[in-house]
Amino acid sequence: MAANLHDEPLEAAYDARLLRRLLRYLVPHRRTAAVAFSAIVGHALLQLAEPYLIKLAIDRHILTGELAGLELIAAALLVILTGSFLLEYLETYTMGMVGQRIMYDLRMEIYAHLQRIDVAYYDRHPVGRLMTRVTTDVDALNDLFASGVISVFRDIVLLVGIMGVLLWMDWRLALVAFSVLPLIALVTQWFRRNARASYRAVRGWIAQINASLQENISGMSTVQLFRREARSFAAFDRLNRGHTQANLDSIFYYAVFYPAIELIGAVAVAAIIWYGGGWTLEGTLTLGTLVAFIQYSQRFFRPISDLSEKFNILQAAMASSERIFGLLDTPPRLAGPAAGRLPDGPGRITFEHVWFAYRGEDYVLRDVSFSVEPGERIGIAGATGAGKTTLINLLLRFYDVSRGRIAIDGVDIREIPLDHLRRRFGLVLQDVFLFSGTIRENIACGADAVSDAEVRAAADAAHAGPFIDRLPGGLDAAVAERGATLSAGQKQLLSFARALAFDPRVLVLDEATSNVDTATEMLIRDALHRLISGRTTLAIAHRLSTLRDMDRILVFHKGELREAGPHRALLARRGIYHTLYQLQYRDQETALA
Amino acid sequence: MSAQIGAHGQYNWPTGCKGPSRSGFPMRLQFNSAARRLLPYVTRYRARFAVGAVFLLLTTAIQLVAPWVLKLAVDDLTAGVTRGKLGLYAAALIGIAALGGVCRFRMRCVIIGASRLIEYDLRSHFFGRLQRLDLSYFQRNRTGDLMSRATNDLNAVRMMVGPALMYAASTGILFVVAVALMLSISVWLTLIVLLPLPLVSIAVRRFGDAIYDRSERIQAQLARMSAIAQEALAGVRVVRAYGREAVELDRFEAANREYVARSRSVIRIQGLFFPSLAFCLGLSALVVLWAGTREVVAGRMTTGDFVAFNAYLTMLAWPVIAFGWVTNLLQRGMAAWQRMLAVADAEPDVRDAQPQGAAPAPVELRGRVEFRDLSFAYNGQPVLEGVSAVVEPGQMLALVGPTGCGKSTLINLLPRLFDPPPGTVLVDGVDVRQLPLAVLRGAIGYVPQEPLLFSDTVAGNVAFAASGDGAPAEAVESAVALACLDTDVAGFPDGLETTVGERGLTLSGGQQQRVALARALLTDPRILILDDALSAVDARTEEAILTRLRGVMRQRTSIVVSHRISTVRGADLILVLDRGRVVERGTHDELLAAGGLYAGLDRQQRLAAALEEA
Ligand SMILES: Nc1ncnc2c1ncn2[C@@H]1O[C@H](COP(=O)(O)OP(=O)(O)O)[C@@H](O)[C@H]1O
Ligand SMILES: Nc1ncnc2c1ncn2[C@@H]1O[C@H](COP(=O)(O)OP(=O)(O)O)[C@@H](O)[C@H]1O
Ligand SMILES: [Mg+2]
Repeated sequence: MAANLHDEPLEAAYDARLLRRLLRYLVPHRRTAAVAFSAIVGHALLQLAEPYLIKLAIDRHILTGELAGLELIAAALLVILTGSFLLEYLETYTMGMVGQRIMYDLRMEIYAHLQRIDVAYYDRHPVGRLMTRVTTDVDALNDLFASGVISVFRDIVLLVGIMGVLLWMDWRLALVAFSVLPLIALVTQWFRRNARASYRAVRGWIAQINASLQENISGMSTVQLFRREARSFAAFDRLNRGHTQANLDSIFYYAVFYPAIELIGAVAVAAIIWYGGGWTLEGTLTLGTLVAFIQYSQRFFRPISDLSEKFNILQAAMASSERIFGLLDTPPRLAGPAAGRLPDGPGRITFEHVWFAYRGEDYVLRDVSFSVEPGERIGIAGATGAGKTTLINLLLRFYDVSRGRIAIDGVDIREIPLDHLRRRFGLVLQDVFLFSGTIRENIACGADAVSDAEVRAAADAAHAGPFIDRLPGGLDAAVAERGATLSAGQKQLLSFARALAFDPRVLVLDEATSNVDTATEMLIRDALHRLISGRTTLAIAHRLSTLRDMDRILVFHKGELREAGPHRALLARRGIYHTLYQLQYRDQETALA
Repeated sequence: MSAQIGAHGQYNWPTGCKGPSRSGFPMRLQFNSAARRLLPYVTRYRARFAVGAVFLLLTTAIQLVAPWVLKLAVDDLTAGVTRGKLGLYAAALIGIAALGGVCRFRMRCVIIGASRLIEYDLRSHFFGRLQRLDLSYFQRNRTGDLMSRATNDLNAVRMMVGPALMYAASTGILFVVAVALMLSISVWLTLIVLLPLPLVSIAVRRFGDAIYDRSERIQAQLARMSAIAQEALAGVRVVRAYGREAVELDRFEAANREYVARSRSVIRIQGLFFPSLAFCLGLSALVVLWAGTREVVAGRMTTGDFVAFNAYLTMLAWPVIAFGWVTNLLQRGMAAWQRMLAVADAEPDVRDAQPQGAAPAPVELRGRVEFRDLSFAYNGQPVLEGVSAVVEPGQMLALVGPTGCGKSTLINLLPRLFDPPPGTVLVDGVDVRQLPLAVLRGAIGYVPQEPLLFSDTVAGNVAFAASGDGAPAEAVESAVALACLDTDVAGFPDGLETTVGERGLTLSGGQQQRVALARALLTDPRILILDDALSAVDARTEEAILTRLRGVMRQRTSIVVSHRISTVRGADLILVLDRGRVVERGTHDELLAAGGLYAGLDRQQRLAAALEEA
């Protein structure tokens, strides 16, 4: 669990680097940002003028009893007010929009990156957590841009401005007021250190809560069927409690910080009254200046005490950006060359001494070599876990081989641009994935090139036509998330239609017919028969009847290619294939005998 | 800093407004009743809030003393004063700040702490409500959307009950007391200063309503965007294989763009909101400067009064601005709360029957299953029609038929994943709808067509149904052995303790199905349901599993869906379904003799076999 709490260790200096990198996102929007920045500076300067006007009123009018000229001060105040109004509106709007645009850019960048990053990355990172990157983490950054950055700039301008005004009005008293600054630095340092630690703990818990929620929501019916509700609840409750406790712990630092800064502020005001009052009595300081000092110092400490709120935002943003950049900095190791070599031959696929392990030295494929001629239909057989699916994962470059190479027409697939490579293959997986949308969209799979007629033809060829027609709306019937309202077999038929509409050069079927009843399977086989001609086919099936018509069958056992040849030859060999076959059809054989 | 988290007992989600209305008009009404339903969560911590309120009062009171000290100091300075007295004022200011600091510290700890506890309760109850909802609800609602309610929306609600409440109270008090003190300095100056106030109140209301509507739309769009991302990320392999990345990117971009557009409209309003408030306040300051100076010159006010009055006015600025911020949080929070309520209020169709005082439900089921003239439809789409069958304990029922004919639907009705019509599905002669869900599901071991595993160890997944500290290791091992998973497990790096990836990704399809089988077997069920549960398992392994299962099934009711004749031939009763109707029924031999669909299927499979040998 401790490992989960912190995605990666982080040093203090790191924050500055992160912030600099974040600020780079401002660059494309620098003109809007420049407008916002000018508005901020202008607004802060106007704010600075106000206490000074009060000082003038006291020194020139109240203490002297002279009313002439007061209109001037009032008019100046009115100008300042109107100016502030306009500038603040401009500032909020432009900065808010800059924030939104940066969020937009970031979301697109993250999402595009997720579309490119290795599939292996998804093995290690639950979808729930990846989702957080695109939504919650980006939102935390939004707060930074929309309110955090903006107010920090304003605060800096204000603080520097106030210090300047104070020094200009009376440098002695200014130094008195500044004497508390080291204290402030100390307290802020203490707060920063502790708040960061507790903040990270909280984020860790949140990530776990999200992952648990995600799993429970998508698997709720399983939870219910096994009456796991109480235990799932207890497990969730543990996370919930941990999160709450971490939050309660962090409140302390925030609760201390604000009053501490206020106290330091009060010390400053007290010092101003003690020294400044004395000088006023001596006549070396005007009363108006003293009052202005008090007012300025109040304005001085407010931004600092607000810092605790801003620090929250900043921490959230830093932690989020750390995770976001962590993701963005994970390069897709499998990235193909942008414009690599394209195999221009007929499409001969070769596996040359391929070794592969998902983890370490745990080889799932061992020294596998074979070739698939253009137009050849290859069946792949073997026990569960023999490595059949892994072959396909490698062929489509979801993973890269550990040793050896896979080539098409002699070109290593690692030199072929990924989209070109994958476009050759039409994949039907055993775990069918449908998207929410219409049946039509699922068959066309987003390719514009597929016409309605082609969709229809593909549906019919896959024998999905009849059941689609029974759905309300036919091809336009809605498909729920993950195709939840269709039966497993129907989903498989759809995935078939999808592969056919894709019109690939190579069809790849991974136990694609396991959920289809024999009658349907026969129909599909019949349809495939026509479609397969001229198309290379790789079909994994544990039901060996599916493989009977294949030109050649490769038999895998424990990651090794053990037998290869046509169906009959393999049976005659009385090897592994024969054994598998025997098991499957013993009943029928005895019935016939 | 530690706080007790209340143990989760049986808590009833506060009820009230059922079925929120969709039209815009009754919003305020709806708003109030939703707020009422939040109340129980808050009142649960009333003691804490009471303590918080005391500290809040103290904090505010102390805060208000400081300008008064300032006033005295300035007055004394104009009149001439001793250094000693100045020192006294300085010390007083520090003392006040120290005392106020302590109170503020306690206030924050207590109130923000309470909001965290409320958040805990809300999250707990929300999760509990989710657990009650049935399969059809989760099919209608996207995972990403529900997730967003449990996270983003919940956070908005917490901000509302914690920080927003605290600031609202403290600024409210500050406002009232500051105004009272200002009145004591100069009645008519105060009145003039407060003149723009109704303006502020109107502005706040109008802005608030506008922001509420718009932030509601933003949250909805955020949920939509999450759902789109969730789907594409979960289906990454298909997305990649079909080069669908660009399409997904477009879809996401459109949602993202819409999100920005909706945010822009809020930013526009918010951008106006705060400056307007500041402007109104500024007008007051202007009035004080103009009229106050005259008052002092006319001798109706001292310079100290003028300074203090200005100080109080500055103090007022904060409440008014905070007020804007607080309304923002409140509006956002209420919008989020209503979205959470929509989930909390959803009533599952499948739930325990109200006890009717009559025959108490049997605690132990024998396992006699009966379908009695069962017809079933999904949203008016008929799927099953007039299915009848009886399976005695110890017997096996097999379901055969083409894809989509309703096999899964039929067996889903038994554990009540969906509710069958009354009196159509019976166990031990009792309508399943009358059986407590816990008893019914406790008696059933269900192996679905597409098994869903959890990111846990293999052992954890197998012992999924075990209560308390999990199942004894021997039980897990024997279930694993029964499912023929033992040799696979032996090859895993950490054996039974190997972690399964999300959704069981690191296991092959056949391994996943066998884990699901072991999981069902571990519950020692009276009724075992296999929904084409070995479809991804190779022939050799299936053979071995069936042999081992035969012993177990002898004492149990089993219902098996399969496409393989070899699997179903031993069944006591085979139903052949087609488009939701039973078209043939009988034993293997009877059906063969009848020469119908089943016989055809059998012939096909035999033929296939014969062809090989020819
Ligand atoms: N993503 C993965 N990470 C780690 N191990 C995996 C992953 N996918 C599969 N495996 C393991 O690799 C082996 C071969 O799996 P697979 O190729 O799916 O077999 P099959 O022949 O049944 O298709 C199995 O032992 C499986 O547990
Ligand atoms: N949750 C659902 N909502 C609406 N229709 C459904 C749902 N589940 C299944 N169906 C429909 O009911 C029919 C029967 O499906 P099913 O029972 O899964 O068939 P199978 O015999 O392949 O198991 C199919 O037409 C399917 O589209
Ligand atoms: Mg089914």
